[in-house]
Amino acid sequence: MNDVTLTINGKPVSGVTEPRVTLLDFLRDVAGLKGTHAGCEHGVCGACTVLIDGTAVRSCLMLAVQAEGEDITTIEGIGGSGARAGELGVIQDAFCETHGLQCGYCTPGMILAAEALLSVNTDPTEHEVREAISGNICRCTGYVQIVDAILLAAKRLGQRNDAVPSDATLA
Amino acid sequence: MTEQKYKFLSTPRRPVEDRRFVAGRGKFIADLDRPNMLHVAPLASHHAAAVINGIDASAALAMPGVVDVITGAELAAAVQPLMNGLNTPNVRRFPLAVDRVRYAGEWVCAVVAESRALAEDALEKIIVDATPQPFILDAEAALLETSAPVHPEHGSNLLLDRKFVWGPVDDDFDAAAHSLSFSVTWGRNSTVPIETFGVLAEWNGWDQMLDIWASIQMPKYADQIARSLDLPGNAIRVHYDVDVGGSYGVKRGIKHSVLVGYVARKLGCPVRLIEDRLENMRAGDAHGPERKFDITIAFDQDGTVRSMKMRALDNAGAYAGRAPFQLGKPISAIVGPYQINSVAYHALSVTTNKTVQEAVRGFGQAPTNYAIETAMDRVAKYLGMDRLALRQKNLIRKDQFPYLIPSGSYYDSGDYHAVIDKVLAAADYPAMLAERDRLRDAGMMAGIGIAACLEPSGGNSSFEPLLNQSNQTSTWMESCQVNIDALGKLTARIHTTSSGQGHETLVSTVLGEVMQIDPELIRITRPNSLESLPGNSPVGSRMAIMLGGAAARAGEKLKAKIMAIAAHRLGVAIDQLRYEGGDVLAHDGRRFTWDEMVELAHRQYHNLPDGMDPGLASFDIMQVPTGDALPVDDKVQMYPCYSFEFHLLLVSFDPIIGRPDIHSYVIGHDCGTVINPAIVSGMTYGGIAHGIGAALFEEFAYDTNGQLLTQSFLDYLMPSSHEVPAIQIVKHCTPSPHTVFGQKGSGESGYLGAPAAVSAAINDAVSGLGIHFEKLPIRMSAISDAIAAKTS
Repeated sequence: MNDVTLTINGKPVSGVTEPRVTLLDFLRDVAGLKGTHAGCEHGVCGACTVLIDGTAVRSCLMLAVQAEGEDITTIEGIGGSGARAGELGVIQDAFCETHGLQCGYCTPGMILAAEALLSVNTDPTEHEVREAISGNICRCTGYVQIVDAILLAAKRLGQRNDAVPSDATLA
Repeated sequence: MTEQKYKFLSTPRRPVEDRRFVAGRGKFIADLDRPNMLHVAPLASHHAAAVINGIDASAALAMPGVVDVITGAELAAAVQPLMNGLNTPNVRRFPLAVDRVRYAGEWVCAVVAESRALAEDALEKIIVDATPQPFILDAEAALLETSAPVHPEHGSNLLLDRKFVWGPVDDDFDAAAHSLSFSVTWGRNSTVPIETFGVLAEWNGWDQMLDIWASIQMPKYADQIARSLDLPGNAIRVHYDVDVGGSYGVKRGIKHSVLVGYVARKLGCPVRLIEDRLENMRAGDAHGPERKFDITIAFDQDGTVRSMKMRALDNAGAYAGRAPFQLGKPISAIVGPYQINSVAYHALSVTTNKTVQEAVRGFGQAPTNYAIETAMDRVAKYLGMDRLALRQKNLIRKDQFPYLIPSGSYYDSGDYHAVIDKVLAAADYPAMLAERDRLRDAGMMAGIGIAACLEPSGGNSSFEPLLNQSNQTSTWMESCQVNIDALGKLTARIHTTSSGQGHETLVSTVLGEVMQIDPELIRITRPNSLESLPGNSPVGSRMAIMLGGAAARAGEKLKAKIMAIAAHRLGVAIDQLRYEGGDVLAHDGRRFTWDEMVELAHRQYHNLPDGMDPGLASFDIMQVPTGDALPVDDKVQMYPCYSFEFHLLLVSFDPIIGRPDIHSYVIGHDCGTVINPAIVSGMTYGGIAHGIGAALFEEFAYDTNGQLLTQSFLDYLMPSSHEVPAIQIVKHCTPSPHTVFGQKGSGESGYLGAPAAVSAAINDAVSGLGIHFEKLPIRMSAISDAIAAKTS
């Protein structure tokens, strides 16, 4: 068993885990954050996407022990939490606006992929949006309303006054 | 447009479910933990067919953390076989293989351990002594008398062999100027949700109760588990407040549920089984139809299609289950949207040593639509006639509804010609043709795909009595309960799980419309199965019609009670009152407010009309519209509503590489009155994506040893955001006369026509080379190989 300490959504988290445990399972079973979903567990579908230092990463392909000391953002770190639970981030709100989801299973990964894109590209083209989510499989939507959501979020983020590029801000 | 008359219906409104999902706060089966929960991992067969001589689990049982190993023999002694749709009692099936395995991947035994990882470790210690047996993979071969039966006790591989003749087929063929024959094959694929199937069961011996949480989309799920486990129906409590991470028909999970239900009861602990991806792909019982069509079609020189003979041979895989019924649903729309006077239909389903077939989106309708639309293209090509003109000539006209098709169903309503005209205008069809020609001139292969088809919706499951005469099913009801609490707020209860269809939005919107109350103020809950009224889960594109219908009717009952209270209170006749936004207005201007009404109903019995019960609650158990009879003479009204879709797309590809690029995709869609526009559009886009996958990429392919080749997402390819183009939906609304608002079904939209349309586009692109692709999926390797063979 190994001790692992990392930062999740701005808070330090420590846990004891087997070396073979994936970051995905660590997040779900040790940290208790169920918003990161297992889809294929071999790195194709993107349902388990999280951000590490702002970059989209598949948590099923990384071991928890490899994430030692990393700064991780999961879907629980987007939008409001605690007393502010229920407050949507801009990207989340855009997904609701365009109905960029159906069953909701791939959605956390999609939103984090969008987050990663919009944090470095504030005015993406449709092609760039499709490229950014091309590693995330959705079986419900045909992607059309997801692409709409991300373009809408980009537009709204661009219109914000506070110059914060992404919406991982509602602590 | 009819939409204008509604306040909430058909207006752009956010689906209420979305908020929890964008926050990662859905409640999926893998998110549920119970104290002291045990985990199950099944051991898969390596053989396509084998006799099991013995299982040595001693080393596994000796491992720390391993609690039990369950074998098929143990299970078969304790539970009843899983239900078959047809009368095939000797095709017996248990959750684990008993004595012999019948497909590679079949569960041989199951380890129960303190964690899933420990259970998987223990699988490697189990020694199965098995003797390989001959096996069969091809459906035509399975039909041969010389082929060994997958179930020797059954005597053959034949599960279903039914011949129907509807109308004067021979006369129509004699009278027709031409006929042609062809074969096409729908490859074995599925909708493959990103969430695998999972189930958690917990037995409470003091209450004699089995609690079940599962990612299901399964009619009569609790009943089937109770029957298999020999438990009373009221000893199974299925919790419907589980979010299902995609299903599209496949999340049936009976074998998984019976297995964990048995283990939970045996060990007295909560037990969970979550498929991993490999288990899901090879033994999740989620493969869809694999179907070969042999078609002969009779037609005149002017393009009039008179009659069709269709033989459909389905490869059901190793067990019977519900799969053969997927040959039944298409009977409800066996002529598609066309005036075809007569049909001969030969439906065959056989067992093979492949994974078991289960229900997939459209329940067999998409393959049949692919066959019918291929026939229309072949006829047009034979006659040298324009494909579009041929379809327009044969389509049922607006003035012909209700239209009785040869197999006994009336189509309710439609205006197919108008939808097509709208699509041609929206797509700028002449420009699309010009673009195709320009691409061809530039050295590309380019083609236009056209497909028209129907989506039967809201049915009575009438294919059950049609294909199995001992089955007397003539209702497929759905229910809704509504309560107004003492503070005046509405709560409605629905009695099913949902897998992305937006049922909470459906019910709150419908109730809001009926009660004239903002849907956002209406709460929707999902009680467990013991607290539920009867229902049949979201299958067959039925919920807008049936759950929406039940919710509306329950709301109308409440409104009637409110009007009676108001009439009594104001001392006027009901016909002199008007309901307005929750208040009731009298003709003389007096207003009986919602708050007063709530106060009276909840507290002032003495002010209620004589004999009226207190409180404000109602429920409705709704029968399927038009679904009132069993089949007679092999004919039956199967579905009340028929939605229409028309697909038009332009595809091109490099002749050497053969990778199709969809340039533009326009679909015309008429599903009657739309409840929530974003939900219906989303279903349609997603259905088209599934259809593109079925047409170009997705197949459960087996090697000659009976091993599944495509058992991960690296091999089983699904469309990404690069393969699904921007799609334009052209909307049209022909209300159904049979439903409360004129709504029809839309849950299978897009998928029912897209495979045919994409196939047509590819075939149009290669038509100059004399190539016909006769099997889906049409992979890029098949395209480039076929072109190379013709041009080298």
